[in-house]
Amino acid sequence: MAILLNRKIEETQVELLSGGDMLVRALQDQGVDLIFGYPGGSALHIYDAIFRQQSIKHILVRHEQGATHAADGYARSTGKVGVVLVTSGPGATNAITGIATAYMDSIPMVVISGQVPRDKIGEDAFQETDMVGCSRPIVKHSFLVKNAEEIPATVKKAFFIASTGRPGPVVIDIPKDVTNPAERFPYRYPEKLRMRSYTPAGKGHSGQIRKAVAMLLSARRPVIYAGGGVVQGDGATLLTELAKRLNYPVTNTLMGLGAFPGSNKRFLGMLGMHGTFEANTAMHHADVILAVGARFDDRVTNTPGKFCPGAKIIHIDVDPASISKTIVADVPIVGTVQAVLAEMLETIKSSDEQPDHSAIVDWWRQIDDWRERHGLYTAPRYRTNGALIMPQDVIRAVYDITEGDAFVTSDVGQHQMFAAQYYLFDKPRRWINSGGLGTMGFGLPAALGVKIAHPDKEVVCVTGEGSIQMCIQELSTSTQYHLPVKILCLNNQALGMVKQWQEMQYEGRLSNSVYEESLPDFVKLAEAYGHTGVKIERREDLHGKLQEAFAIKDRTVFIDVYVDPSEHVYPMQVMPSGSMRDMWLSKTERT
Amino acid sequence: MRRIISVLMENEPGALSRVVGLFSQRGYNIESLTVAPTEDETLSRLTLVTIGDDHKIEQITKNLNKLIDVVKLVDLTEGSHIERELLLVKVRANGAQRDEVKRSVDIFRGQIVDVTSSMYTIQVAGTGEKLDAFLQALGEHTIMEVVRSGVSGIARGEKVLNV
Ligand SMILES: Cc1ncc(C[n+]2csc(CCOP(=O)(O)OP(=O)(O)O)c2C)c(N)n1
Ligand SMILES: [Mg+2]
Repeated sequence: MAILLNRKIEETQVELLSGGDMLVRALQDQGVDLIFGYPGGSALHIYDAIFRQQSIKHILVRHEQGATHAADGYARSTGKVGVVLVTSGPGATNAITGIATAYMDSIPMVVISGQVPRDKIGEDAFQETDMVGCSRPIVKHSFLVKNAEEIPATVKKAFFIASTGRPGPVVIDIPKDVTNPAERFPYRYPEKLRMRSYTPAGKGHSGQIRKAVAMLLSARRPVIYAGGGVVQGDGATLLTELAKRLNYPVTNTLMGLGAFPGSNKRFLGMLGMHGTFEANTAMHHADVILAVGARFDDRVTNTPGKFCPGAKIIHIDVDPASISKTIVADVPIVGTVQAVLAEMLETIKSSDEQPDHSAIVDWWRQIDDWRERHGLYTAPRYRTNGALIMPQDVIRAVYDITEGDAFVTSDVGQHQMFAAQYYLFDKPRRWINSGGLGTMGFGLPAALGVKIAHPDKEVVCVTGEGSIQMCIQELSTSTQYHLPVKILCLNNQALGMVKQWQEMQYEGRLSNSVYEESLPDFVKLAEAYGHTGVKIERREDLHGKLQEAFAIKDRTVFIDVYVDPSEHVYPMQVMPSGSMRDMWLSKTERT
Repeated sequence: MRRIISVLMENEPGALSRVVGLFSQRGYNIESLTVAPTEDETLSRLTLVTIGDDHKIEQITKNLNKLIDVVKLVDLTEGSHIERELLLVKVRANGAQRDEVKRSVDIFRGQIVDVTSSMYTIQVAGTGEKLDAFLQALGEHTIMEVVRSGVSGIARGEKVLNV
């Protein structure tokens, strides 16, 4: 009798909610306080549920691609899961580019898409697309919700999957009738999850770690090669401690910038296609490479068959499928970067072995010599005496003005590479760019996502006049939510990176990489959205005008800097069939 | 090398498309694929035959394991195993041909499962090689239709694949 009574009480305490309210409640229970989205028919029940609550703020973007990039910037800069809400059909397909961007860079994201009602699925209903199918190759996982009762557990699973192991985007597709406000179901947010088919890696294999440490300590020409996994896996502090303790050189991938302090003398700069001479050359001559949270991307390795011929490779990654995918690892270690690096450090501390001091001193002497000869700073890689503004100088000036402490997002092209080379990131999560997919249009919405998370920080979007026009509509979102960011446009009046390739590999045939006289007046455009526009054309104005622009803190400033349109990004690895150390150092100099 | 990979996965809609999608997305071969629910209705068992060197196969198994719906998998070709495929074939058989066909069926331990006055429908189970050989043996008779199930497999001895 007593048991029966208890059960009765329990049951009456369970709240009855509609599917739409359940979704919002589940997001709240999951700790979500921010959604980026855009409404439409299939998502209207959900939007109504959002209207009737306070704790989750919804940011209305101007294009669903912008929503995904903003959520992505938010996620990259905070480590939290970015949340996106879009409607079915065109809303969902517009989100695809942003989902793919997040997927390639392993960014935790949950994308909720409305879907046509269950009984219409498969009938080519108005605004129907198979979102689970469309997104399948670019998500970590996806769900099609069949019943409202599934919503709480699905939300919990989605966030768990998105944020653990190798993070990535997860899609939850919800048919409209599942969120019907007229039908209510008992709501319970599960405390625990049981997923027999998903167990993300935790700590690494101790035997492998001991082997790795022995190999590392016996190295004579070591390089630590750290990627985005160190940033995403919050391993930067441990990595820095490890490198300092061993006095080993560190290079970061484009995605890993900030995983090791950029201004530290042990930092060789970025490696890969536009990596520094010293980073690429040191990699090529290394005898032991410690790869941490990096995936031997083709933009890093150049020709795999010629990759680092004398090196033994230790590879730490949370994703076993990343290990030995393109370059075979001698000591593979599957585990979280944090757990593995912590155990490595302990093993090193308690080891009787020490790095070979004199070998390491010699190695540093060699590296310093490379740096002296062709480094980005010691031997300027660009003209410094012309009349035109050099893009590299713009980045260096902004680095100085922001004291190296800004969040910098970027688009894709030459400007991205100049930013990566010349803005030295001392902290992780400060450099926010689409490395894997290389998505033009990423920079501005990502900057807005970062600014929401860090309202008191300087947020700079380094862009090109090509890229910025791919998501320019988000200038309006910046106005609506008062998100003051700096847009630094390195205006070379061309799709510069494309043009560089055409000049280097197609005898200068500039097929569709220039716009003739069609560029908009970005100052007026910014002003039309209620922002401030600044145009900088003369070299002597650069510092003063930049300083003025950066002094403005309460509004978005579009800084349109006309730079030398003929400039190329160097170093640039020789392709195809070059090794890591084969580089163009300027238009005429080759290693 | 030819490999038989046996996969236990959640019996969820869309799970199969993730497996098939993975193969086309990453450019892996699928020679054959069979799938059906198991005695535990929440699980399906999928058997796929693929071809690749050790490195390719390692990538295939790692990426299959990465799919959230995949619970467990095993490369059956790593140990001794039993491999079976089912063949159904319709053969034209008139007059004296009827006895000849029957003899071949007996030799291959097949069964005639349907008959008309001019046709036999034959069922044979075995390895892919055996089925190939049977079809070859039928050579001079007119084959009207062939259906093969794709390979199913199971490990020999005590080894089992379950959750
Ligand atoms: C969406 C998209 N389309 C095409 C490309 C190919 N692409 C790479 S860089 C580039 C040129 C970018 O021009 P701009 O933004 O002006 O930058 P710049 O190289 O001139 O600094 C193009 C077209 C891309 N990365 N993304
Ligand atoms: Mg440009």
